[in-house]
Amino acid sequence: MESATPQAQEPVRFSTHPSRYRHWKLSFDGPVARLVMAVDERHPLRDGYILKLNSYDLGVDIELADAVQRVRFEHPEVRCVIVSSGTDNCFCAGANIYMLGASTHAFKVNFCKFTNETRIYLEEASTKSGQRYVAALNGVASGGGYELALACEEIYLQDDGSSAVSFPETPLLAVLPGTGGLTRLVDKRKVRRDLADVFSTLAEGVRGKRATDWGLVDGVFAKSKFDAEVKKRADAVVAAAVPNEGGAAFELAAIEPARREEGGKLISHYRYVEVTIDTHARSATLLMRAPEGEAPTSSEELRIQGSDTWHLRAFRELDDALLDLRFNHPTVGLLLLQTQGDAAKVHAHDNALLAMQRDWLAREILLNTARVLRRLDLTARSLFATIEPGSCFVGSLFELAIAADRSYMLASDDDTGPTIGLGPINFGPCPMSNGLTRLATRFLAKPAHVEALAHETAPLDHAAAMKLGLVTYAPDDIDWKDDVRIAIEERASLSPDALTGMEANLRFAGPETMETKIFARLSAWQNWIFQRPNAVGERGALTMYGRPERPEFDWRRT
Amino acid sequence: MSHITSEKIPNNVDLSGDRKLQRALEEWQPRFIEWWKEMGPEGFQEDQVYLRTAISVEADGWAHFDYVKMPDYRWGIFLAAPANERTIGFGDNLGKPVWDTVPGEHRNALRRLIVTQGDTEPASVEQQRLLGQTCPSLYDLRNLFQVNVEEGRHLWAMVYLLHSYFGRDGRDEAEGLLERRSGNEDKPRILGAFNEPCRHWLSFFMFTYFTDRDGKYQLLALAESGFDPLARTTRFMLTEEAHHMFVGETGVGRIVERTIELIKLNANGDARAEGGIDLATIQKYVNLWYSVSLDLFGSEISSNAASYFASGLKARAKEARYDDHLALEGVVTFEVPKADKSGFETREVALRNAMNEVLRGEYVEDSQRGMDKWNKQLAEAGLPFRLTLPSTRFHRASGIYAGLHFDTEGRILSDAEWNAGKDQWLPTEADETFVTSLMQKPIYETGKMAHWIAPPARGIKGRPIDFEYVKRQDV
Repeated sequence: MESATPQAQEPVRFSTHPSRYRHWKLSFDGPVARLVMAVDERHPLRDGYILKLNSYDLGVDIELADAVQRVRFEHPEVRCVIVSSGTDNCFCAGANIYMLGASTHAFKVNFCKFTNETRIYLEEASTKSGQRYVAALNGVASGGGYELALACEEIYLQDDGSSAVSFPETPLLAVLPGTGGLTRLVDKRKVRRDLADVFSTLAEGVRGKRATDWGLVDGVFAKSKFDAEVKKRADAVVAAAVPNEGGAAFELAAIEPARREEGGKLISHYRYVEVTIDTHARSATLLMRAPEGEAPTSSEELRIQGSDTWHLRAFRELDDALLDLRFNHPTVGLLLLQTQGDAAKVHAHDNALLAMQRDWLAREILLNTARVLRRLDLTARSLFATIEPGSCFVGSLFELAIAADRSYMLASDDDTGPTIGLGPINFGPCPMSNGLTRLATRFLAKPAHVEALAHETAPLDHAAAMKLGLVTYAPDDIDWKDDVRIAIEERASLSPDALTGMEANLRFAGPETMETKIFARLSAWQNWIFQRPNAVGERGALTMYGRPERPEFDWRRT
Repeated sequence: MSHITSEKIPNNVDLSGDRKLQRALEEWQPRFIEWWKEMGPEGFQEDQVYLRTAISVEADGWAHFDYVKMPDYRWGIFLAAPANERTIGFGDNLGKPVWDTVPGEHRNALRRLIVTQGDTEPASVEQQRLLGQTCPSLYDLRNLFQVNVEEGRHLWAMVYLLHSYFGRDGRDEAEGLLERRSGNEDKPRILGAFNEPCRHWLSFFMFTYFTDRDGKYQLLALAESGFDPLARTTRFMLTEEAHHMFVGETGVGRIVERTIELIKLNANGDARAEGGIDLATIQKYVNLWYSVSLDLFGSEISSNAASYFASGLKARAKEARYDDHLALEGVVTFEVPKADKSGFETREVALRNAMNEVLRGEYVEDSQRGMDKWNKQLAEAGLPFRLTLPSTRFHRASGIYAGLHFDTEGRILSDAEWNAGKDQWLPTEADETFVTSLMQKPIYETGKMAHWIAPPARGIKGRPIDFEYVKRQDV
């Protein structure tokens, strides 16, 4: 069995609940929620390091991601979330360096990707869900700690002569802040580039008034007044906020799959998602099933279905399955995306949700659907969609086919062949990281074609799908088996690194957004630097961190 | 009605039960016939030709003789019988079971190998399409057509692999095989020797002796392939290829024999004066066709060759004769020209990277055998002249010697020395004109031979030499 680090280890699981949090305290006071980071240093995800100074590992971040998600779904009354530390004088020291030092490259990359996604979700909660995150830095926020603050919409720093914000990665560790910090500094907070340059090489960071002057924080308050001032700010946020419309909330149910091994394959069986991993072939099939029941037609019905609402359940399952693949099955390089079920039901559920968007819950379910699809876009595995009879690549499930690197649709001369179908959900509600729909990204050269596609409401057979550019290949039943098999085997034989780079280059055409910049720079610069001898070589800075000797650098610049 | 029946296309690949192959051939077969009529032997399509047709792979089935019009020839699809539990005999996959389908990992490389081999088959038919009009006898005309229809069948063999195992890509490549044209500026055949003009029968015999012998070695190497359908297809092709080399070897031998007679007839020993082909000219054509055929083996130092061997796609000829099938240890030493052309330097190359040279080495030895027979004729006639193979460096257009000039002994030459010497080594336009001038008219009378060539020792399939091997329709 593959593992994240060289030793065989328990798989990472992403499902948790506030009652089981070890590292965060989530409390509510009407419209204000408090998310307090109080990392239990004796409970790292893996043995071998201690989570000192509120430093985090994946286990800490899984809880944060869960908290952000639960506040959105379970506490719609919340309009402001204050993020602070339970450890005085220390907000957060960022990702644990010893944890990074002990991890494989693949794990580090996926760890950074996950933490980045969580911070982007947190920002989306602020901007799309009306739950504004405010960072209350009651202590030093360094590295990933300050990056977490940067993901919040407002940052306040305690003025106590020692609390500072800092990016010590470059001067101390010879790497970069890995969670979008540099990008957010100049792109989101629009800090002057020369000041950002100084800041990013100043290991001890910036404190007090200078932090405000440079735009690194939005205000500094004396220690004695800090809590009160932050509360005052939170009240102002609440006062300015628009309350959520719609009905009551409910608790998100757990979605653990049944896992079994069968015929040498690992199967994770969720209700709507089934993943079958062929470790030997280094590929997996991910099947998503259409809803069986009727679509909810009112806010009341939506709440009766609750966690079992098809979109919510199915896409949370997809999310969990993707994370399982990323962290627990690093050698599975190719994901075959398949669907099964009644296309009309998928359309009905899509359209019902779109019709109820004024209800905060419907909106949150749509936003979650879009987030999971972006998680799919950002998954560094080859994605092939295979479209066969009985499938239902329509509406929200068609997004799987168009998120794929390529798609194969079985051609048939009669009406027994598969069809695909578009719906309103394909034209806006599920944007990619670049801000465009997947259709708009695919047809970047032909915006008019995308407009014309909006009128294609009928089911499309293979000929229509090919003509409209919606699928890559349409082999007939004679060619199907061999063409698909060979394509899969061929793909699985190519260099995983080259494929990761190639796919990421091709998937995100079109405009840059802060999100695309963060992920692109993470994949390129950060990952490159993480592999270089100056960081991880025998005398590299990461290797030497905490040891008495100084690192040695190869001084040649590229 | 479909042309794609097992009746019309003899086969042992279950064509009647293979929808995929039927469908592919339904489109391809009419295009092949069109190509044959346009690019096949010019002016003989209505004639009845006494041809061998393979109708099964059994001992009595692979050589069925009868009169047939060439466009009605039953091009068949045959694979040698499968060996039980065959395993891959070389490379990194040594000992693993052979592949019955194309492994995706090797799709590109296999397709390239098959397309390159397949492209040579129609190319030679195109090169030889006008030769019938100057044939030295009906016996030779029939042999030409036998070679042509079998090259056609070898095309079918490669197309079968493309159609059956490579899906749509394979069908596109099969189309491409009919679209390229030998010597065409815009759509040339893939390999150089197959774009060389073959204007007369001396070149035809040299081609079948030297160039088809390259084919033999490529087929031997592919017959070892871990992709079992390719191995089985090429094994069956080898039985036919042997006949082509026979045509070349006996053809040149008959010319040598006639030349000896004419030398003796002439007071000055001048065969040219007697309307024959002099030995020096024969030597020039040896130099030409041998050197262009050497190029077909690919570069002396080749990462492709290493990769084909490592992957189990293409081995050495008769790989079983070797002890070490991994070939990871050995090195091959080359005399590589120095950058300043002042001489050679020794370079050791890993064995796998030298696989093209290993195959070429065997070819060189094999090529010498026919030379020895011709030289024996000369010796027995008491003539001092001997035909020789030039150095493998001579007149090379690919590999480490390409771009430099060498004489036939392999000595490096300056441009000036080359220009001064090349007309004594390679056929000139005047030589071409002279040889062509001997072959102005076809000989269609049964049993009669052109003046410049001796009759064969025996006929085909026990038939007499004066048998009507081709029944002309317009005479």
